[in-house]
Amino acid sequence: MQVPAPFEYERATSVDQAIGLLERLGSSARLVAGGHSLLPMMKLRLANFEYLIDINPLHDQLGYIRVGADEVRIGALTRHRELLESEELASAFPIFRDAERVIADPVVRNRGTLGGSLCQADPSEDLSAVCTTLDAHCVIRGPRGERVVSMEEFHVGPYETAVGDDEILIEIRLPRRPGSGSAYQKVERRAGDWAVVSSGAAVWLAEDGTIADARVGLAAVGPNTTGIPEISATLRGQVPDERVYEQAGEIAARSCDPVTDQRGSEEYKRHLADELTRRTLRTAVERARS
Amino acid sequence: MQVTMTVNDVEVTREIEGRLLLVHFLRDVLGLTGTHWGCDTSNCGTCVVWLDGEPVKSCTVLAAMAGGHEVRTVEGLSRNGELDPIQEGFMQCHGLQCGFCTPGMMMTCRALLDRNPDPTDAEIREAISGQICRCTGYSTIVRSVRWASVHEASKEVTA
Repeated sequence: MQVPAPFEYERATSVDQAIGLLERLGSSARLVAGGHSLLPMMKLRLANFEYLIDINPLHDQLGYIRVGADEVRIGALTRHRELLESEELASAFPIFRDAERVIADPVVRNRGTLGGSLCQADPSEDLSAVCTTLDAHCVIRGPRGERVVSMEEFHVGPYETAVGDDEILIEIRLPRRPGSGSAYQKVERRAGDWAVVSSGAAVWLAEDGTIADARVGLAAVGPNTTGIPEISATLRGQVPDERVYEQAGEIAARSCDPVTDQRGSEEYKRHLADELTRRTLRTAVERARS
Repeated sequence: MQVTMTVNDVEVTREIEGRLLLVHFLRDVLGLTGTHWGCDTSNCGTCVVWLDGEPVKSCTVLAAMAGGHEVRTVEGLSRNGELDPIQEGFMQCHGLQCGFCTPGMMMTCRALLDRNPDPTDAEIREAISGQICRCTGYSTIVRSVRWASVHEASKEVTA
């Protein structure tokens, strides 16, 4: 029987009360949202905390998707299923629906949250790749107020984030720009498994049809999800076609940092990084044009 | 710590450890052994129960998290001594052999029909994709859900 080691359970009643608890309890406490990453790790004693602070009661405040003209704001406690089913989000950023369809399974998606996924900071985690692709910014609140960090700053290593012991991730902000299209693809060994490799792509087309900007985010091929600035630099100003996708794929394959493990060899993962980058860029451009 | 929740329409209050998982609370504290305990890793889905009407894997939910909420287990599926059409469907179409996955399967499938009364085979398979059956090859489970869907529809027409 796998059960976590003993801990004290605390229930959050507000964001400020949760921050107060974190301030008092320090690194011996951890926030738990959906719990579908944290509880399995605690069962295996890969994570041990004296206190767990349950923030699910804050879902009414921190579970939302607000699609504005310039920005989409998503509350950190928004569950996978809510992200999957939001028509507004799918219309602004189809990459979210692509990714949510292949994250775990429908029952797990009823519990797991966007904020929990990002804070877990697993190198294979899909929504981290999505947020990297979309140039997301994370709003972190603590006793000294709020700060906003980019995805590059948010992830400081595998399973490590910029969120301090007395802080809480409360919101993810995604900038909207005209002419956008986005897509996500994942290769997995079994339905609902972690990615062997996955790729997200987003493009923004100028009025003349050239690429105003493009971003690619890869999961499972480095210590954190990997944004590749060289792809963006290479693609800007070009007319999107097969030659361009090929260039981007080639950069993805050589820029990422996969290791051979039970999911596949390094060589195979570089091949996937190449192929999935091409496919997602192709789809993102098709969507931007339609 | 003390936890109070509603299980199958009955309010229960118990003294528990914070680390107690919902599946063990239901089985060992309340004696509701209809909910099965399988892989421990939220992969197999035999422990699925409803939390406020949504299927969840109870091996990965703390009992304390269910405090103040409504839980429904397979024991709460039949109403007034009558089997739910999903239960009837599993009987009619051999939706089980060994029965280990059955409680979780039925809870998920009931929730599916509540949202989508006439699902396609693909939608049924998607809904149960987080649950493992090692006997049926899933075909008879899909058939059972379809049986329930058709019979519920005809019942509504005649009622």
